[in-house]
Amino acid sequence: MIPATTSARLKKRRTRHLRERVIEGVLFLAASISVFTTVAIVYILVKESVVFFQQVPLKDFLFDTQWTPLFDDAHFGIVVLLSGTVVSSVVALCVAIPLGTIIAIYLSEFAPFALRELAKPFLELLGGVPTIIYGYFALIFVTPLLQKIYPDLPGFNLLSAGLVMGIMIIPYVSSLSEDAMRAVPMSLREGSYAMGATRLQTALKVVMPAATSGIASAYILGISRAVGETMILAVAAGMQPNLTWNPLEPAATVTTYIVQVALGDLPHGSIGYQTIFVAGLSLMLMTLMLNIVGHILRKKYREAY
Amino acid sequence: MDLRDIQSIRAVIARGKRWDVIFSLLGLLALMTGVLTFVALFADMTIQGAPRLSLDFFTNFPSRRAGEAGILSAWVGTTLVMLTTAMAAVPLGVAAGVYLEEYAPKNWVTDVIEINVTNLAGVPSIVYGLLALGLFVYQFGLGQSILSAGLTLALLILPIVIVATRESIRAIPQVIREGAYALGATPWQTVRDHILPYSSAGILTGVIIGMARAIGETAPIITIGALTFIAFLPPAPYQETLPFFNFDWLMAPFTVMPIQMFNWTSRPEAAFQANAAAAGFVLVLMTLAMNGLAIFLRYRLRRNIKW
Repeated sequence: MIPATTSARLKKRRTRHLRERVIEGVLFLAASISVFTTVAIVYILVKESVVFFQQVPLKDFLFDTQWTPLFDDAHFGIVVLLSGTVVSSVVALCVAIPLGTIIAIYLSEFAPFALRELAKPFLELLGGVPTIIYGYFALIFVTPLLQKIYPDLPGFNLLSAGLVMGIMIIPYVSSLSEDAMRAVPMSLREGSYAMGATRLQTALKVVMPAATSGIASAYILGISRAVGETMILAVAAGMQPNLTWNPLEPAATVTTYIVQVALGDLPHGSIGYQTIFVAGLSLMLMTLMLNIVGHILRKKYREAY
Repeated sequence: MDLRDIQSIRAVIARGKRWDVIFSLLGLLALMTGVLTFVALFADMTIQGAPRLSLDFFTNFPSRRAGEAGILSAWVGTTLVMLTTAMAAVPLGVAAGVYLEEYAPKNWVTDVIEINVTNLAGVPSIVYGLLALGLFVYQFGLGQSILSAGLTLALLILPIVIVATRESIRAIPQVIREGAYALGATPWQTVRDHILPYSSAGILTGVIIGMARAIGETAPIITIGALTFIAFLPPAPYQETLPFFNFDWLMAPFTVMPIQMFNWTSRPEAAFQANAAAAGFVLVLMTLAMNGLAIFLRYRLRRNIKW
């Protein structure tokens, strides 16, 4: 009887083994969805962009100073959209980077424990508010406020959208920077205190340099959030293409152009339809460049303890 | 050391302490900017939207007359889209997280998957909209349906779910796995009976945060061409005859809360701004409730688990 039970047990083990392999395969497929997503994004963007660039020379795309893809006299100068993106991002970063960094230093080096425990979830909530809400806030609350200071400000402008966008980005900058600073070993701070440095001197001259790599990633994340932000600008900055470097004017950005076209009824396969994929490709290239810069910065300033 | 030296040293110390205090105040001020913005935002929306917040607002369809307009189709649409998103993102995200933590060998394929997950988290949400427009709407022919929108948002929050799953699995000590293997459990039995139950609270936290993000996403849904004016509901998911439920609603046109709000915000009449404020108020309450629940869960989790 012994051989029979052994073969039964072996058989059971074989089916069990097979089942394990199948499950592992299924889990692997789920994990590879992320790769498929990336491939699909690149494929879709490049496919439509190739058709676009067969009709519009790259030179016109890069150097034309008008963006009127839906007019009879069509121009495709991406600079127009880029100017809106750059101006609004710069305004946002002027708010988010100083405030985010100060908050990070304060929470990591100065704040009492209870305050930090209270402030962190609150900042998280601030980062979780839908951006359409921030857009509404910029249009209805901040713009009228700014108009009291500067009466000529138009109802749609990059300034108020950028300011509110900056507030929205603060949590991203502060939380990553703070994590980086908290990861700096205590012995470095103790060494600094032992030399008679104050808290502020320690924070600025010892902790921050030691955390540069993490702070750089936080800034890069902030910049890529600003560049990719859509709804705040769509609501508060107007969606008219306008080549300007002045934050007091309304302008479209790369992202709001896509929204504006999608709100209309564009036939599939028209040049207008392709332009939004070209805009998307430009956006992806910008975030890719930022990621690469971030990677280089992280490598360059990485400190090992 | 004479008196003058001591005095000058004291002056240096006093100056250093003064700067510490000044910076502390600056830090508090910076923190307050965030807090005050949030308070102003919330108060403004409450005051502007309060007159519109009645039961009718939730049971009326959008209308050309601002006073009669409501968010019925919007909140029903949001609920159905979120349901679709969760159905797709939770199994996929958890399975991917389990694979990467428990199964993945250390090789270049795993590296590629990990790099992709990290990078996808940084892709602007509107790019997901373009992906969905090209792939789901036209290539797969799903149209501007609840299914398209749900899948789009699922892809968008997938990295969040994967990262949350991995982090809570990583927190489980190795001895748990070794104990299971010692008793003859297979890898899958270990995952099913030990890893998943012990990490479920952490995964749930991540899923809630992901859903809170998805509920407010506007740009990708506008990009797939969702309609802004919907004065009807998708077909009901239940029916009188067998099998009592159906999935017709998956292919129905729809609108969601943030799109309804965007639509009202972009109208010039002041009466519609009040509607936008009221819709925004409901939307913020939803995300706050979800985020608050996630924070609470994480807090409870940190306090309760002692391996």
